[in-house]
Amino acid sequence: MNSEPIIQLIDVKKRFGSQNVLKGINLSIYEGKTTVVVGASGQGKSLIIKHILGLVKPDSGKVIVYGKDINKIRKKELKEIRSNFGVLFQNAALFDSMTVFDNVALPLRERTKANEEEVKKIVDEKLDLMELEGSDDKYPAQLSGGMRKRVGLARALVLNPKIVFFDEPTTGLDVALSNEMYRVFYRTQTRLGYTAVIVSHDVPKILKLADYVALMHNGVIQDCLPPEDFQTSDNPVIREFVQKTMGYIYESEEVEG
Amino acid sequence: MPILRIFERIGDITLYYINQAGRMSIFLFHVIVSIFKPPYYKIFDITKQIYIIGTLSIFVIIFTGAFTGMVLGLQGYNTLRKFSSEGLLGSAVALSLIRELGPVLTALMVTGRAGSAICAEIGIMRNTEQIDALECMAIDPHKYILAPKFIASIISMPLLVAIFDVIGIMSGYLIGVKLLGVNEGSFFSSMYKNVEFIDVYMGLIKSFCFGLLVVWICSAKGYYVHMERKGGFGAEGVSRVTTSAVVLSSVLILVFDYFITSILI
Amino acid sequence: MNRISIETAVGIFIIIGLLCLAYISLKLGDIQIFASNHYILKARFNNISGLKEGSEVEIAGVQVGKVSKIILDNDQAVVELLINPGVKIQEDSIASIRTQGIIGDKYIKISPGGSEEYIKPNGFLTETESTVDIEELISKYIFEKKKE
Repeated sequence: MNSEPIIQLIDVKKRFGSQNVLKGINLSIYEGKTTVVVGASGQGKSLIIKHILGLVKPDSGKVIVYGKDINKIRKKELKEIRSNFGVLFQNAALFDSMTVFDNVALPLRERTKANEEEVKKIVDEKLDLMELEGSDDKYPAQLSGGMRKRVGLARALVLNPKIVFFDEPTTGLDVALSNEMYRVFYRTQTRLGYTAVIVSHDVPKILKLADYVALMHNGVIQDCLPPEDFQTSDNPVIREFVQKTMGYIYESEEVEG
Repeated sequence: MPILRIFERIGDITLYYINQAGRMSIFLFHVIVSIFKPPYYKIFDITKQIYIIGTLSIFVIIFTGAFTGMVLGLQGYNTLRKFSSEGLLGSAVALSLIRELGPVLTALMVTGRAGSAICAEIGIMRNTEQIDALECMAIDPHKYILAPKFIASIISMPLLVAIFDVIGIMSGYLIGVKLLGVNEGSFFSSMYKNVEFIDVYMGLIKSFCFGLLVVWICSAKGYYVHMERKGGFGAEGVSRVTTSAVVLSSVLILVFDYFITSILI
Repeated sequence: MNRISIETAVGIFIIIGLLCLAYISLKLGDIQIFASNHYILKARFNNISGLKEGSEVEIAGVQVGKVSKIILDNDQAVVELLINPGVKIQEDSIASIRTQGIIGDKYIKISPGGSEEYIKPNGFLTETESTVDIEELISKYIFEKKKE
């Protein structure tokens, strides 16, 4: 961890009513790397992403993106920062009243001055990258879950963002589809070179893609480590998590050892 | 202490509603500001909303307008006959339609037909993170989703009210003149003489205000579905918020009707 | 629904709506958009009690205009009459305020005179008769009876 982090969460706290969800999150995300936040469901992992995106304001603490505290800047600056973001939401969040093509084209049409020809070219290129040729005219309701997520990813990538957030990219997909999602992710990241932040509970598979793994437990980030260190960490909480989710690997190693 | 618990609850609910009123006012402010901000609209976005709010409501409006006019003709005739002033039927029907019933009933019908749909649509967009997605694409949802609906509603409502009034007057005429035998000339001349500029003006002001009110309440309720007190998630949350939007908007139409009348009269 | 048919439907809706709106505001609300050849006459009365803006002006029972404005000037009422185009009123015509029926609306009755000169727009009708106050008449009648 030598370079400066591009995103930093410092002691972020958030409560909903009587529920203390985030109890002081500290997390740094580095450029060009893939950071995975893991943890059991219902811990508020997605909430971390929403804080970074500025959709939710923390009760206390700071969220710093590109050196700016996003809760203290003007709307215009926030817009500029967000133009570096691409987000794949948990349920893809496609606009159901628009076709696949219009969904992917929306950011181009609303945010750039590209004419229809250029829009078509870029959208077709992204849809090809997601292996979605031929479904331009379909509506989101006519697509399967996996296709919807790929359309969502195409939309997230259409403006060539520097940072892409994945909120549970494989939830609700079967094994084959989630493997395919990972392949799509790997292919696009090597091609476009974005920084990725993934929230997932699909351990251990997700660890293969990660540069850093952060475990969220009890409202705090226990530690953020490269996958190899993560698996052999001394932190008792991480150890318990690793044993619970990857017990099989360890047992077999122990047998071999 | 259970008694303390009750006070705590009352305070909680009061605070919630004050908070909601403030939130909805700020929401209205944001949308109105965004209406006048560039980038400007694609005309078709607004056309589509006028289609949903205005055009699709025409049949309901014609039906309610016709029956309201007919019942006014019947009631007015029977009341006026006691003073042997059947000749005033035209002005009685026209004035009650233009000043009160037209704007109020049209607004109530539009709330039921289009307002509920707007609320549910926006509520679902919120719950499926579509609104978050827009924000993350740095597209202002106030501008992109809400402003066209506001413009369409403000354009559609006066037109619907005018249609309601004309249909109502026509059916009042049918019942009064053709069925009950009021003199045709006195029906129209009393109407032309007694309806004044202030009446038409009042009807227009009301229809603009109600147009704004309906779209405001219904879209704000949907927009903040996730902040509902009883939990606003999933299909049940959307259905609950839609019901409460329709109720709130209907009540506020009647409340505002009183206040606008008392200011303008 | 495709784009063209939505646009057509909206177009029809807007045209119907505007027609209805025009009917209500022009025909019923008396909002005047087009400049007309109506002209204004003025008349001075001592008492116009019951007369309103919008009251009718009649000659021989035919409506020829209406009251457009009422002003108080030197303790007298000055009434502006908006007279229909083509109607000419002689200089010595008499304007009097009458009631339709016993409790009906007040209106202005113009009794034509014999002069060959017509009043020009914005001119004054000099001969006027004020409202006949029924209450006053009745009380007068009663009090006079008592004196006897």
